[in-house]
Amino acid sequence: MTVLVYAEHDNQELKSATLATITAASQIDSDIHVLVAGSNAQAVADSVAQVAGVNKVLLADNPAFANQLAENVAPLVVELAGAYSHIIAPATTTGKNFLPRVAALLDVSMVSDITAVIDAKTFERPIYAGNATATVQSAEDKIVLSVRGTAFDSAPATGGSASVESVSVGGDSGKSSFVGEELAKSDRPELTSANIVVSGGRALASGENFTKYIEPLADKLGAAMGASRAAVDAGFVPNDLQVGQTGKIVAPNLYIAVGISGAIQHLAGMKDSKTIVAINTDPEAPIASVADYFLEADYQVAVPELTSKL
Amino acid sequence: MKVLVAVKRVVDHNVKVRVKADESGVDLTNAKMSVNPFCEIAIEEAVRLKEASVASEIIAVSIGTSQSQEQLRSALALGADRGVLVETDAKPYPLQVAKILKGVAEAEGAELVLLGKQAIDDDNNQTGQMLAALMNVGQGTFASEVVVEGGAVKVTREIDGGLQTVNLPLPAVVTTDLRLNEPRFPKLPNIMAAKKKPLDTKTPADFGVDMTSKLTTLKVKAPAERSAGVKVASVDELIDKLKNEAKVI
Repeated sequence: MTVLVYAEHDNQELKSATLATITAASQIDSDIHVLVAGSNAQAVADSVAQVAGVNKVLLADNPAFANQLAENVAPLVVELAGAYSHIIAPATTTGKNFLPRVAALLDVSMVSDITAVIDAKTFERPIYAGNATATVQSAEDKIVLSVRGTAFDSAPATGGSASVESVSVGGDSGKSSFVGEELAKSDRPELTSANIVVSGGRALASGENFTKYIEPLADKLGAAMGASRAAVDAGFVPNDLQVGQTGKIVAPNLYIAVGISGAIQHLAGMKDSKTIVAINTDPEAPIASVADYFLEADYQVAVPELTSKL
Repeated sequence: MKVLVAVKRVVDHNVKVRVKADESGVDLTNAKMSVNPFCEIAIEEAVRLKEASVASEIIAVSIGTSQSQEQLRSALALGADRGVLVETDAKPYPLQVAKILKGVAEAEGAELVLLGKQAIDDDNNQTGQMLAALMNVGQGTFASEVVVEGGAVKVTREIDGGLQTVNLPLPAVVTTDLRLNEPRFPKLPNIMAAKKKPLDTKTPADFGVDMTSKLTTLKVKAPAERSAGVKVASVDELIDKLKNEAKVI
């Protein structure tokens, strides 16, 4: 058995979700190959080769893969699939986008967003917004999985010495074309891999209040900033900050929820955090049932005080 | 242009589900069932395309037990023209659903298929992508904006770092994210009118699809409960607890 891991990257840097995915792969089998599909992505391939546990890196360098379009990437993976028993990618928006396409082309069912490996064919995954955990077994010849990054430790980024091999298959399928992208710029740590996350909700009432209250606290703690769906829908912050079933799943050491009631949808995205702090004026809010420390206070008073005293 | 919209019957998003004591699944007896919220957004988008004279006909399709008719009637009340129920008692897995939807899309000559990005029960986020693969067409997943022009559809997608825009020649498959639109509420006269709209019933066999999946759910358990936390009286106490008890700062 050999496992093929799809690397998530931006053509320059490897994304940390890949390291967690390599750990998940190592629990299935020790023979791990990593596919880097991109454009001018040699540096990414070189850094994957350093990751402990990786035996071989396949580099598919082609302008058609620059933006990870599923229509181009999926046939590439399918073409390489013959040699592998498992095909695995991080459950990021990239992985969620192309991997089911791979599974359908191979005519196999896929298992999404696994949080534990029981054995090579049996996995755990959350269902119903994390309110239940299903143990799923696959009898497919090729097992296609996406991995929840926060559920596995990162593989060490150094200590490996894999060879890098170029593969020249696949190309532009003509089924889609990239028009453009708008990426949010931030100096803060990436939300899904941050050690500390400070999130704001509907109670913040405006984008200015995010800047005035949440950002200084996040900066003081070296934390990433997050938000509830209500705050995103109201336009206070961009959608890529949304934590929840439909946004990002985070599991930091410390999650501070400010003015967030704690709807099922939001809890699905953060309840595996190690320590949860809630600052809320309503002691009956559902967030109180998962918070380790609950401070019943107005955020306009408590958050600046917290920021200044840290 | 004909638009096909896939609709799933799921437990209402406000219901807190309970796991059965025998760990065989989630107890849905007497639970309120609704149209999956992402599917509602797909219906709304289809209706808006029709109102903009881009779509000529909207066909809503659901795969499941006969009770899924209720969700198809909801789609018809919101503006779909007719419904197709592919009736089966088997649990519909994404690969089988995608195969049936391909059959329906081809039989109806649909140029655009709209689906939700994921169902809030199984949380798979697979069906639209699998359908696009089987139809061998482009996919615009997690869409927050959809513009149909000149034989193609331009889709703005929500990705981890922000937004990405792709252009897909028609036919194409689009899956909806929450921010694509705000679904309307059905009006009573529309609910009455929906009862008279045509609703065909088919079976998976009509599309040559075997519902057997190679996935088996061995058990379903409740997630680990978090132990109850404490209320702190002041910011000072909070900082003290975080530093000395939780040791996270």
